Amino acid sequence: MTQAVSSAPGFWKKNQQKLAPWLFLAPGLLMFVIYVLVPIFQSIWISFHDWDGLGEKVWIGLGNYVELIDDEDFYTSLKNNIIWLVLYLLSIPAGLAVALFLNQTVTGIRLYKSLFFFPFVISQVVVGLMFTWFYAPDFGLFSQLLKWLTGEEVAVLADERYVTYGIIAAGLWPQTAYCMILYLTGLNNINPEQVEAARMDGAKGAKLLWFVVLPQLAPATFIAMVVTVIGSLRSFDLVSVMTAGGPYGTSQVLSYFMYEQALSEYGYRMGYGAAIAVILFLIMMIFITLFIVRMLSQERNA
Amino acid sequence: MFPTPIQKASPFVQAGYKLLLPLALFLWLLPLIGVAVTSVRPAGDLAAGNYFGIPSGFAGVENYTAVFRDSPIGLYILNSFKVTIPTVIGAVALSCLTGFALAVYKFKGNLILFFMFVAGNFIPFQILMVPVRDLTLKLGLYDTTMGLVLFHVAFQTGFCTLFMRNFIKGLPFALIESARVEGVSEWRIFRYIVLPLMRPAIAALSVLIFTFVWNDYFWATVLVQGQHAMPVTAGLNSLNGQWVAAWHLVSAGSIVAALPPVAMFFLMQRHFIAGLTLGATKG
Repeated sequence: MTQAVSSAPGFWKKNQQKLAPWLFLAPGLLMFVIYVLVPIFQSIWISFHDWDGLGEKVWIGLGNYVELIDDEDFYTSLKNNIIWLVLYLLSIPAGLAVALFLNQTVTGIRLYKSLFFFPFVISQVVVGLMFTWFYAPDFGLFSQLLKWLTGEEVAVLADERYVTYGIIAAGLWPQTAYCMILYLTGLNNINPEQVEAARMDGAKGAKLLWFVVLPQLAPATFIAMVVTVIGSLRSFDLVSVMTAGGPYGTSQVLSYFMYEQALSEYGYRMGYGAAIAVILFLIMMIFITLFIVRMLSQERNA
Repeated sequence: MFPTPIQKASPFVQAGYKLLLPLALFLWLLPLIGVAVTSVRPAGDLAAGNYFGIPSGFAGVENYTAVFRDSPIGLYILNSFKVTIPTVIGAVALSCLTGFALAVYKFKGNLILFFMFVAGNFIPFQILMVPVRDLTLKLGLYDTTMGLVLFHVAFQTGFCTLFMRNFIKGLPFALIESARVEGVSEWRIFRYIVLPLMRPAIAALSVLIFTFVWNDYFWATVLVQGQHAMPVTAGLNSLNGQWVAAWHLVSAGSIVAALPPVAMFFLMQRHFIAGLTLGATKG
């Protein structure tokens, strides 16, 4: 840039303020456009084709989408995604409860907070393996506990009725830890004067929490909502590691179903996979738009 | 402070709370404790049905040696580092620049670009999968750590830009303005005035991105096929398939795979949490 100054001092000096942001943006923006922005449109384009990933793409219009309407696995995945979304939201009140429990100042509390946060740092592959072991029939801790309590053993991950709930429980573990840390930070920053004033007026317990503390925690709740909704729709790792969608595809979710169709051992169906991805993308866009609209209004008020 | 500090409660309640803490932690970490104990259990215990009693002996050395000797997990770990470290450097470097551009300059499209980065961060990976795999194949980078690095850098730039931009917005703008009045060039303002102030943000982002990328499993399975480039998450899953019922090995492998991000978290805890909770306190 010093060169530019010496060769064309007038031009650069006059336009520096205008050009500088674009020069700063260029490398990051270029990468982002190549690897994120363009592929979204390419995927939409591919979803109108029949393609094995190698040969020629054959235009089939809405063919893939028409096929989806009659695909039972698609509805199983969609239904499971909704179950994931609803149950995953439990991590928000659960995280708040743990945060309230830990928001004290006793010796060693910092270490407790870190250790409670632990599950979030561990890879989901490891979390999945841990819970597979936890649920394992005959010797898993959970199955043993269940046998002791009810006298009956259930192979959670092999049972069509329970498998999705079993995987979601594994997902709730790190997600609750994440929400907990958001709320702990939020609790750290609430206005103590307001809380004390409300206490003077006789408010306490649940009432104080609901009317005075929670409104102040709204930013934390918002972020917890964003990461939980996105996390639930993104669920892939746990399904892949714990059941690979089984038994008989009953624990599939859209993200895993798409992966399986596009890169399955029975041949690549990139077009069909892309169509599933587009549906998932559209579902996500509803939430992303809601989030962005809210963030935008905050940005304008700032 | 909410809830009421426990010190104001009766000594009985205080003692109860102090007792409840370790108990709750034990239950919370039960799956992890189970795996940790299994990883040092002698193989004979499992055969004898002693799955969660007291181990009959300490076989930690044998089990962990076996994992490293009989499986390519050492190579997988190395691959994970080869993917993670360049990604951290790349994404943080790019986002220092983009964050600065979006925080300091007023220009048309600023907010649109910013929210494009934010939105990109939320999209499902699956919508990128087919084209990114195709692109990586065409670049000849399929089945290499470099292919993973390029994608991760590009994708993480979205989150990093959000983070950096908000951080720079919080810096005193007067610093930049007075430098401009003195005729300091824009690049020098960035390099010598803003960048030194960004150290805490750079540290926080580095640990976060390290953890995110280390723990990535989806792209590791989509962009890599062979052992020679496979990161530890995908590697561990394939080992799990080979070690059927050898839970002492699976457990030891899991602990090994989880260790680097856990160590990172404990070493840089303050930065990690500061990064993760960005925005949880104000707007």
